[in-house]
Parts: sequence; C-alpha cells; structure tokens
Amino acid sequence: MSAADNTLSIGTTAARPRRPLRVKWIVPALYILFLLLPIYWLVLMSLKTNTEITTTFTLWPNELTFANYAVIFNDASWYSGYINSTIYVAINTVISLSVALPAAYAFSRYRFLGDKHLFFWLLTNRMAPPAVFALPFFQLYSAVGLFDTHIAVALAHCLFNVPLAVWILEGFMSGVPKEIDETAYIDGHSFPSFFTRIFIPNIKSGIGVTAFFCFMFSWVELLLARTLTTVNAKPIAATMTRTVSASGIDWGVLAAAGVLTIVPGALVIWFVRNYIAKGFALGRV
Amino acid sequence: MDKPVNQKAWFLVLPVVLLVAFSAVIPLMTVVNYSVQDTFGNNEFFWAGLEWFDDLLHSDRFHEALWRQFLFSGIILLLEIPLGIAIALAMPRRGWTVPLCLVTMSLPLLIPWNAVGTIWQVFGRGDIGLLGHTLGQLGVDFNYTSDALDAWIIIVVMDVWHWTSLVVLLCYAGLRSIPDAFYQAARIDGAGRWAVFRYIQLPKMHRVLLIAVLLRFMDSFMIYTEPFVVTGGGPGNSTTFLSIDLVKMAIGQFDLGPAAAMSLVYFLIILLLSWIFYTVMTNAGRDRKARAHAAESIP
Amino acid sequence: MAEIQLRGLAHAYRPNPQGPQDYALKRLDHTWRSGGAYALLGPSGCGKTTLLNIISGLVMPSQGQVLFDGQDVTQLATEKRNIAQVFQFPVIYDTMTVAENLAFPLRNRGLPRAEIEARVRETAAMLDLTATLGDKARGLTADAKQKISLGRGLVRRDVNAILFDEPLTVIDPQLKWQLRTQLKQLHKRFDFTMIYVTHDQTEALSFADQVVVMYEGEVVQMGTPEELFERPAHTFVGYFIGSPGMNVLPAQVEGAVAQVGGQQLQLPRVYRDLPAGARIELGIRPEFVQAGLAEGLAARVERVSDIGRYKVAKLSLGALPLNAVLPEDMQLDGDETRIAFDPAHLHLYVDGRIVSGEGR
Repeated sequence: MSAADNTLSIGTTAARPRRPLRVKWIVPALYILFLLLPIYWLVLMSLKTNTEITTTFTLWPNELTFANYAVIFNDASWYSGYINSTIYVAINTVISLSVALPAAYAFSRYRFLGDKHLFFWLLTNRMAPPAVFALPFFQLYSAVGLFDTHIAVALAHCLFNVPLAVWILEGFMSGVPKEIDETAYIDGHSFPSFFTRIFIPNIKSGIGVTAFFCFMFSWVELLLARTLTTVNAKPIAATMTRTVSASGIDWGVLAAAGVLTIVPGALVIWFVRNYIAKGFALGRV
Repeated sequence: MDKPVNQKAWFLVLPVVLLVAFSAVIPLMTVVNYSVQDTFGNNEFFWAGLEWFDDLLHSDRFHEALWRQFLFSGIILLLEIPLGIAIALAMPRRGWTVPLCLVTMSLPLLIPWNAVGTIWQVFGRGDIGLLGHTLGQLGVDFNYTSDALDAWIIIVVMDVWHWTSLVVLLCYAGLRSIPDAFYQAARIDGAGRWAVFRYIQLPKMHRVLLIAVLLRFMDSFMIYTEPFVVTGGGPGNSTTFLSIDLVKMAIGQFDLGPAAAMSLVYFLIILLLSWIFYTVMTNAGRDRKARAHAAESIP
Repeated sequence: MAEIQLRGLAHAYRPNPQGPQDYALKRLDHTWRSGGAYALLGPSGCGKTTLLNIISGLVMPSQGQVLFDGQDVTQLATEKRNIAQVFQFPVIYDTMTVAENLAFPLRNRGLPRAEIEARVRETAAMLDLTATLGDKARGLTADAKQKISLGRGLVRRDVNAILFDEPLTVIDPQLKWQLRTQLKQLHKRFDFTMIYVTHDQTEALSFADQVVVMYEGEVVQMGTPEELFERPAHTFVGYFIGSPGMNVLPAQVEGAVAQVGGQQLQLPRVYRDLPAGARIELGIRPEFVQAGLAEGLAARVERVSDIGRYKVAKLSLGALPLNAVLPEDMQLDGDETRIAFDPAHLHLYVDGRIVSGEGR
C-alpha cells in the first residue's frame, strides 16, 4: 500500500520543476466564472429593490434589502414546497434503492432467462420523455385516488430513477469479487443475512452514489411533479410561479424564490463534496 | 464473465418489474390506446386505426419539431462533449482547488429545472439581465424574445451551462483512475502531449464517455422545462422542441389522439437512437476484447 | 550502457526541509558500474523508489547531481536520459497491439519505419513475444504485460540503464521465478546496467551482484550478498536479511569484555572509547550460535522448531530472546543449555552501526 502512496506523492512534486509556466488553470477558472455569473446575478437581484432592478444597472445593490425574502417568508405556506419536495424525493429514493438493490444483485451475479432484454427494457424507461408520460400519469393516479399525494410523485419519478439505480448499482456490485458471496455461504449465512450483513456494507459507497443520483434527478424534475399535484403535494417550484401577479412580474421576489430553490441542492453538494469525483465514476471506470 | 445460470434470480428482479410495469407499462398502454382512437369529448372514443400516425408522419409541424430537436441535440453533443473533456483535462488533480472545482461545477446540476430557466430568462434580458444588458452596451442587438437565432443561442448556452459539468465530472472520474506510472512510462517512452491523450487518457475515459454521450443525448432529446420557461417555444415556433410541442398538443389543445401517436413515435426515436449510440460505442471495445480472448485461447 | 554516478544526492519532498526527518533520501554518494546488476533492497517507504525516480528523472533531487558516464544529467528531462523503467503494475497501452506497444518509444523518436519493424521483431524474439505480436495488449496476462514493459526499454538500443520498480509484485509465484531467470539471462547476454528495486530479500540476493540496502532514506550498506550476510554494516541489514534475522543483543562493553543478559562474554577484539550513552549492541547471526555445549553462556531453551534441513531454537539469554540454527539431527535436552558465539562473526554495533575493534 505504502509503495503506491509513495509513487503518488512523487508524482506531485515530480511534475512541478521541469514544466514551464502553467496556464492550465485558466480553463477551469473561466468555466467556473461562467457557471457562477448567472447565479451571482440572481442572488444580486434578490437583494435589490424592484425599482433598482428595473431602473438602474448596478453590479452591487445600492440599497441592500431583504424585503424580497421577507415577502416569501411571510407567506405562511412558502415552506410547504420545501417539505413536499423533500418528502417525495425521500420516498422516491427509498423505493428506488429497495427495489433496485436485489435486482442489481441478480443482474451482476446470475444469468437467467431474458436477463439482457430485461436490463435493456429497464434502461429504456430512463429514455422515456416525461412529457410522454405526463398525461397518462395524471389519469392513472387520478383513477387510483393518488392524485396530489407525495407517493404519486415518488412513484412517477421511479420511472427514470429505478432504471438508473439498477444501472449504477450493477456497476458497483460487479466490482465486488464473487468470492465474498461464496465465503459467506460456506460460513453458513442465508441469502437475506448475507445480503444485509455482508454484501450491503461492501457496496456502501455505491449505495450513497445511487441515493445522490436519485435525489438529484427527483429534486430537479418538475414537469411530472407539477402535473401530478395541485395543493397538498405541490413541489418547491410553486413559490416561483406565485410571483407573477396582475401587476406584472415581481422580479425581486422571483429572484429570491429562485435563490431559495438553489439552496437545498447546494447544501447537499457541500455534504457529499468528498465523494463527488468517485461517485460520478459510477463504479464503472 | 462466467456468471452461473440461475432462474431463481427472477425473484430478485420481480419487484422492479412490477414497479416499472405499474409506472411505465400501464401509462404506456393508455398512450397506445389513445393513439388509435378518436373522441368528440364526453369520454366517447371510437376506433381511428393508424390514422393519427399517418397524419403525424405527414405533418409539417412534426417534421419541423423533429428537425429542431435533432439540430439541438447535435449542437449540444458537439459542444458539451469536447468542452467537458477539455475542462476535465485541465482540472487540477490534487490540492485544495479540487473540492472547490467539484462543488462549484456540480452546482448547476442540482438546481430545479424551472429555476435554471428562470435564471437564464433573467440573465439574458436586455433591460435587467447582465448578459443581455452587457451585449446591448457592446452594440449587439440581442433579444431572445423576438429573434429566433438569439433564442437558440440563449437556450444552447443555457444547456451548456446546465449540463457540461456532468460530462466534466464523468471524464474527471475516468482520468483520476489512471495511475501515475502511466504518465511516467509515457515520459520515458518519449510520448508527446497528444500521444498521452490518445493512448492513455482517451482509452481510460472510454466507458465514462459512453455514459456521458448517452445521458446527454437522451436528456437533450427530452428537454422541456428550461426552454419552456425561457422562450415558451418561441419566437413563433422556432424553439418548439418535441416535448414542448407534445405538451402543447396534449394539455393545451387536448388533442389526445395525435398527442399519443406523437408520444409513441417520439419514444421510439429515442430508443432507436440510444440503441445505435450504445452499439456503436460499445462495439469498438467489444471487438478488442473478443480479439484479445481469441488470442489468449491460441497457445 | 553507462556508468551512473550519484554525487551528494539528497531529496526532500517538502520545499524547505528543516532536519533529517524531512528528507525522503539522505545525502549519498554512489557509483553504479556500467553493466552491473544492482538491487535496491529495503522496506516500504525507505526511499528506494525515490532514488529510482531520481535516476530516471521523474523526480528532481533537492540537492546533488546525477551523472551518466561523467556527464551531468540532473537537469535533463526523463525522455532525454535514455532510461527504461519497468513499474510495479504493468504499464501497457491498452488500445495498441503488442507490436505497436513495442514500437511506441521508437515511433515517438521518429525512427524510420523499416528499422522500427526490425527492432520490434528482434525484441519480441528475445522476450518470446513473437507469437502474440499482432494481439491487443489489453487481454494479456500480467507476466506478458511486464515483458512488454521491459520490451519497450530493450527495443531502444541506446538505453543507459533499465530500472525495475518491484516488477514482480503482481506475477504468480511460479511465473515469478521463470521471469527472473529470463531477466538474468538477458542481462548476461546484453550486459545492460540494471537497477532493481525490491523489498524481497530472496529476489534481491538471487538476482544482483551488488545489493544496496536502504533504511529510512539512507543507504546503510552496499555489497555482495555474501558481505551482507557475513558482515552486516547496520543492525537493520542484520535482521532484514537472513531468515531468521541476526540476533541483536543490547550489551555493555568494556575493552574486550561484554556484559550481555546478565552474563560476561569475552570478545574477540578490543573496543576502546565507545561513546557514552550510545546504544551498544552485539550482533550474531543464528547460524553462528552454537548450542548444546558443555560450557559457555547459560541459556534457557524456549522452543525448537524443525524447518526441514535445519532446526531453529528459540532461546533466552537472561531476558534477551535469541535464535540459534541447529543441525537437523541435533537434539537439545532439558530446559537449560550452554551456548557460544562464533568469534569471527560476532560484531559490535554502536547506535546501529558496525564498529571494528582492535585485534588483541
């Protein structure tokens, strides 16, 4: 192990002295600037008064105001969007993981009748445009009395998250040597006990990555979420549409609402920052 | 890969099959059902055969939307894949800047799609947006609500802003899996920058690039929320992509039959193209493997 | 092939090393004869890989110079040094065939096509790779991949030295032996300067004419395998080489008399002016401890294990543990025995380093 560490540290120092002045960092730096500018502008607008937004053009608020946020916070129902979104995202993640885990195990360990077709069929659901499903979903969930519930949105999002979860988990599981299974069975573990006590701890990181992706795609999807809800389970986007009134668009409040929808995602990224690079490899590199 | 055959594995995949059947097959059947029927309201339907499909395949509206969709996905792939690779190659490999890059780059991916639309809708406006205003100051007449080209530019730039990071992160993950010894060996062998990219980095990114191309193709082909928020499909129909057109038809005009027919054709096109991408991109790899295996079996 | 000279070489990975603890490689002067086979032996993290990478130019030393045939190459880039290196894990170019892999270093240097082809064939023949030349390198076994790595070095006629960084780590044991033999034959035939890093003493001793033992960033001894065995210059060499390793016994020494394990021992040489407060130890290899004698130091027998052609007795001399190698047919009766040390192989170490006494 330490021999590998050795070479690693050598690489760092080795490269430095001989190379000429490095300008490589400019590329990511410019890209990050490009990413942050629109977000900066949104944050800036949320801190300005509407008069300042529409009449002057400033890179920094002349009159720093939190009134726009006050408008949203004073609306008693502003936070219901957060809660609703969080609930259906959580339900979706749990459902996706719990059905995908055994299926991914089956795909990674066994061959069975129709396995390849089934796998591809699952993946095709990731390719289904939500727009195609919006109307049928609306009718289906109305018919079974689930319309405007969190579970409806969670189930609808399974359409693309379950295939993705199976795909990612299968990649991670294929990386776990089969000998682990065999040893466990020889040690007298039953399948459920082996799966929960030995196998799952072995692919912890894979499960974390899958959960992150489920969160991500369920959190940002709004076409289905809005089609399937009216009041009780309305997603976070609701706060944004409320800013359009008869007198036109309230830009400041719209920007504040936009900023507030970004915050939860930013928090999640901050918490998983050390796993991002590994996670995006999807266990398939 | 010598996996044992075990039919009992079906029990493990059964929950997934049932769930996906409920959330995909049943709605899809509804769509199929609509696509072959007509209605005059009052929930009375009658058989229309393949009439809707026939209409659709001969409608200019569909052809135009389909063409726009292809153009859009093509531009997106041509821009985001090379850009993503280039940024990933230039990213620092160690040090405190690594988490900084990763966190800021992932940020756009976690923003709800209508918020992405709103951000760019505001950012591009000539009166209150930084981009639109700055361009105006520079003497560029930029107005995405009235000029079709400007509308396309802002939507493409928005998508690059939104999704390039996914390509970057995937490629970066691939690059990180290359041990230092490979770079050292390349220096000893006297390989230049291009040879290092061509023979070490690109092969290691092969798998993640496949994922990136597939995801970017599928998602750009299905794009709806972001352009809808920014341009609403306009000016005119210039940015009306397939999904926008479909929603307009199904929910706006409540033309269930034609919308359903379009849904199916749309879905089939994505399936077909994804399958082609997948086969083409994995075939190169599989060929190599097959030949290597054959070589091994010959003593 | 070239003679490699290291002059006042030292390396620290931190920019401003404060003390010796910051140096991954402590100051050393050294010459590697042209055409010699050297092994760099030491535990993980002792600086042997650093030294190797300095020679190949992958690491710039903080101090000192590297000379090839008297020419200073310290500032020269790796690709200009004409060095070949085989790494711990096989480095091959996955997408290329075996032939393309072998041709790669030559193509990068712009050699004419016909010459490349001829050299690739010749190198492949040397390494028994001719049959696989047309195959993709990706699917090959680990030993074949290591051969390709080596081949990329051999194919270049002008290499000054071939460096090996624990090249057999990922090879199956029976193939290891085969590959090592092949390597030795190649070395005999082509007479290239070869530096071989390993932490495996068998590998080092069976392979090299000169073994360089490193410990905590320092070269503690360089010599033939016999020298390392008979006269370890450092207690570390004593117990790192040999199985079981050398017995190192803390002692007090006055002139030619040592107090060890509560008993008195007459030394073969006289040691004067030993520094006060230093760590004084006696070193004696188990092979040179005789047990079951009628007189000598009294020791307790803890355990005797039979290892085939000989036996190893675990003894204790007072509170000090001690190993002795016994002939296969020898029995030790009872719990107590008398032992003696072969005076020709009894060494004295001060703070780990060997000290020569004066003859009496």
